[in-house]
Amino acid sequence: MSDHVDDSLSVPAASAARRRPPRAVRGLSDRWIATLFIAPSIVLLLAINIFPLIWTVYLSFTNFRANQPGREVNWLGTKNYARLLGSEDVWSYLQATAHFVVWTMLIQVAIGLGLALLVNKNFKGAPVWTTIILIPMMLSPAVVGTFWTYLYQPQTGIFSYIVDFFTGLGPIDMIGSVKLAPWAIVIVDTWMWTPYIMLLCLAGLRSIPDYLYEAAEVDRAGPFQTFWYITLPRILPFLMLAVLFRGIENFKMFDMVVELTSGGPGSTTELASINLKREAFEKWRTGYASAFAVILFVTVFGLGNIYVKALNRVKQ
Amino acid sequence: MSIAAVSVVDATPRGKIIAAVLVIGYALITMIPLIWIVATSFKSPPDSISYPPKVIFQPTLEGYVNLFTTRSRQTPEYIESLGPPKTWYDALVRERNMIITGPSRFAGRYMNSVIIGFGSTFLAVFLGTLAAYAFSRFRVPLKDDLLFFILSTRMMPPVAVAIPIYLMYRELGLNDTHLGMILLYTAVNLSLSVWLLKGFVDEIPREYEEAAVVDGYTRFQAFVKVVLPQMRAGIAATAIFCLIFAWNEYAFALLLTSGTAQTAPPFIPIIIGEGGLDWPAVAAGTTLFLVPVVVFTVLLRKQLLRGITFGAVRR
Amino acid sequence: MMSIHRAAMAAALLAGTALCAPAAMAQDKELTLCWAAWDPANALVELSKDFTAQSGVKMNFEFVPWTNFADRMLNELNSGGKLCDLMIGDSQWIGGGATYGHYVKLNDFFDKEGITMDDFLPAAVDAYAAWPKGSTNYYALPAMGDAVGWVYRKDWFERPEIREAFQAEVGRPLDVPKTWDELVEVARFFQGREIDGETRYGAAIYTERGSEGITMGVTNALYPYGFKYENTPGKYDMDGAVNSPDAVAGLEKYKELYECCTPPGHSDAYMTEDLDAYKSGQTALQMNFFAFFPGIAKDPNVGGDTSGFFVNPSAKVAASVLGGQGISVVAYSDKQDEALEYIKWFAQPDVQKKWWSLGGYAVHNAVVEDPSFPESTPFAGQFLEAMSNVKDFWQEPIYAELLLAMQKRMHDYVVADQGTAQEALDKLIEDWTVSFEDDGKL
Repeated sequence: MSDHVDDSLSVPAASAARRRPPRAVRGLSDRWIATLFIAPSIVLLLAINIFPLIWTVYLSFTNFRANQPGREVNWLGTKNYARLLGSEDVWSYLQATAHFVVWTMLIQVAIGLGLALLVNKNFKGAPVWTTIILIPMMLSPAVVGTFWTYLYQPQTGIFSYIVDFFTGLGPIDMIGSVKLAPWAIVIVDTWMWTPYIMLLCLAGLRSIPDYLYEAAEVDRAGPFQTFWYITLPRILPFLMLAVLFRGIENFKMFDMVVELTSGGPGSTTELASINLKREAFEKWRTGYASAFAVILFVTVFGLGNIYVKALNRVKQ
Repeated sequence: MSIAAVSVVDATPRGKIIAAVLVIGYALITMIPLIWIVATSFKSPPDSISYPPKVIFQPTLEGYVNLFTTRSRQTPEYIESLGPPKTWYDALVRERNMIITGPSRFAGRYMNSVIIGFGSTFLAVFLGTLAAYAFSRFRVPLKDDLLFFILSTRMMPPVAVAIPIYLMYRELGLNDTHLGMILLYTAVNLSLSVWLLKGFVDEIPREYEEAAVVDGYTRFQAFVKVVLPQMRAGIAATAIFCLIFAWNEYAFALLLTSGTAQTAPPFIPIIIGEGGLDWPAVAAGTTLFLVPVVVFTVLLRKQLLRGITFGAVRR
Repeated sequence: MMSIHRAAMAAALLAGTALCAPAAMAQDKELTLCWAAWDPANALVELSKDFTAQSGVKMNFEFVPWTNFADRMLNELNSGGKLCDLMIGDSQWIGGGATYGHYVKLNDFFDKEGITMDDFLPAAVDAYAAWPKGSTNYYALPAMGDAVGWVYRKDWFERPEIREAFQAEVGRPLDVPKTWDELVEVARFFQGREIDGETRYGAAIYTERGSEGITMGVTNALYPYGFKYENTPGKYDMDGAVNSPDAVAGLEKYKELYECCTPPGHSDAYMTEDLDAYKSGQTALQMNFFAFFPGIAKDPNVGGDTSGFFVNPSAKVAASVLGGQGISVVAYSDKQDEALEYIKWFAQPDVQKKWWSLGGYAVHNAVVEDPSFPESTPFAGQFLEAMSNVKDFWQEPIYAELLLAMQKRMHDYVVADQGTAQEALDKLIEDWTVSFEDDGKL
């Protein structure tokens, strides 16, 4: 991702600084200001992000347990990793996570893109309704998850009631049924985050200059062709960026789902992060959980980088 | 970027109507859960679990009273011996054969959310502004790597980072303290803050500062007097994002706080478990917690939109 | 204006402080007691007022709902937190509390103050106070005895038309179930039945996934069917005990009950959800801890003669799941002296009697050996019966790890309907073996 850093603005200053000896400007020199301005952030990030990360990597090779401080800590080598990768259960958590990520992304892209195209028609009142659509994504996922357990109640919940009203299927147990629970979390996530995809698509749409459409009209392109050859290529980078951000977030998903289903029924919605929390803070297998954390981090990082490469190709 | 910007090749009137109907339809459906939350907060507990769900009901403040108090069940004889209720909320509670035994912890948790939310937002924006300015204007060794490093810190699942932070905080005595949470949220928000703000600084022509320096300002004065005022919109947008994150954060708060510094998000779900399923109280807590965010969203939508789409637009 | 006002305020404050100084000194002492948020906790607040009146120590309480209780409080203990001076920790924590040094060992204190564990129900001492089990190392004073029992709708059981229908359908008189087979029959009979114009369901049982719910529920069936954790106590030889044919039969029974006879959406229910289902008239039976029975007996909807109580039915043997807690002094507290003072006060026979009268389950002999005790409430006799054959989950220091494994395997099988009972228990042994190996016990 680093090749995106916009460096153009700093180049003149940099080359200028190189040519001349330090200017006789009053006050702090530029170098001092730069150090002074950046250092606190870097120090904080080192202390609260990087140092912990390195510590996690170290712990992942040990049998350390945070709740038994007196216990001897042994170096296990890659045993924690071997155990994790050999565990059927861990694969099922990753599968549940993949199901969640893939389906939320597909559905949200479909609805979000559609909404963006509609909002872009600029009908009267569009800004007001767009703002209303945005509200769910501003809310606290944990609080949302809690409340959706109420909306999903098969007997008293409004969700089941509305579905029953339109389909006549009777009470629907979204959270308790093995078949429906994975979709229950997809629905809530879609409700919350479709607006985000919509917004980024909208940003993409607004970046398309009108003359392209005018040219298309001159060429007598149909609406489908216009969409396929002009709109889609232009918004694709925006859309992919939105999917990248949301994909990472959903891969890490914890709060909303833990409050909604706590991983159940059985382990059908036990996403990787939920299991990680159980291993780390309920079972207190700190070393093992650290190994799991490292695996998840590497996975996100790896997938993210592959994706960014693809994104760059699309942009070119 | 503003939503009102017109950049469409004119849609037909019919197309506009269809679009409006579909978008408004979606907006209305999306509002149902929210309206339901607010409505439930004004229901009585029996109304909240009736079937079919009640759309029309006698509104009551019981949920809010229950949210802010702890109560215990007593025999009617005992309640009668206490004499007439002193306040309207006493009376409300006594109708359920209960008496108020004290305030609940909700107000304290809410205050914690405010303190930690605003504290960390201030710090993240402050540090972010400095770093963004430096990254934008100066030659910084390994700049690209540093910027990428700052961004990549956001890829760690919070639960994963929580393990060593928990250990570290335990050693330092920062577990369950406001300071610990403020520092943590600052660190998490910093990546976003630096990236967003750098974009805003990049947009400010550097000629302004050069002119100021020629006029005899020091570099620092030029930053404070010339650049900062121009960054106002960007700072506002960034601050909203940081605040919303800190306000809504759950995983760290759940794992690192308990009695003293716990914020509202991990507290609201456990209202459910205190003496029966009290959905109106949960709904009341949810409503009070969501109101500031909704108000923010509506009032500051332009800055918000700018912030959300910023990274994308700039590329 | 402002300054005059402020000066007056300051003067008033000063005067106030001077006058109240002695009282304020006494009020400076404070203790925080941590427990679960449930009915008995309210009773304890009431009871503790006497302690504050006598000693001048103000009592603060930190009550957490059961589903978050272990999570929150074990986290607190593990991080060496000073939030709690006194902890009424769950029975399974005693091993960890003792081994990891969270709890203060109380033997010397007991000796000094003349408190003896002979004054308490033996089962309670074993379960709540001693570690290792059966030893005389005490890390808590038994505070609250508890077990899982059952509540039923006595009024429905007594109605002639319902009794007739039961006789016709099942071929025997409707009565309080004595065995798990009978229990399922009764639940099945009520499932989906119209009573007073509303659809009713069989039983509200424990199925919660997140903390300990389904384990507490399932073991209620496993123990009576003869389930054991080890073949030889202390050897951790689980194969053949945990997955014995008896255990499989018990687990299948529980699943049968869950599938046939619970209200819709009952896939994640623990104490409060069960209470709600029962109190709102949805179910004929409810599995729950005795701790809630005083509240049910007083309930405006189902209190009085509406509800009856019975001990967990047997299958091969009589057994109940143990609940209940001991009260411990937290090793990280700065106020251990005051905390011990509280325990000394709490152990007095008169205080224990009042504790029972307020709705707490005292396990002091002065209370339970009183001849009038079994008749004192509709559930006191059942309580004593249940306490005589309680069984507890592992109390190992690593109990949380063992519990989480069981939560997963049981929920996977009972609620999510994956695999067979035999497979679920086999996998459980695998999980537990790994845990014990890690812990150096195997």
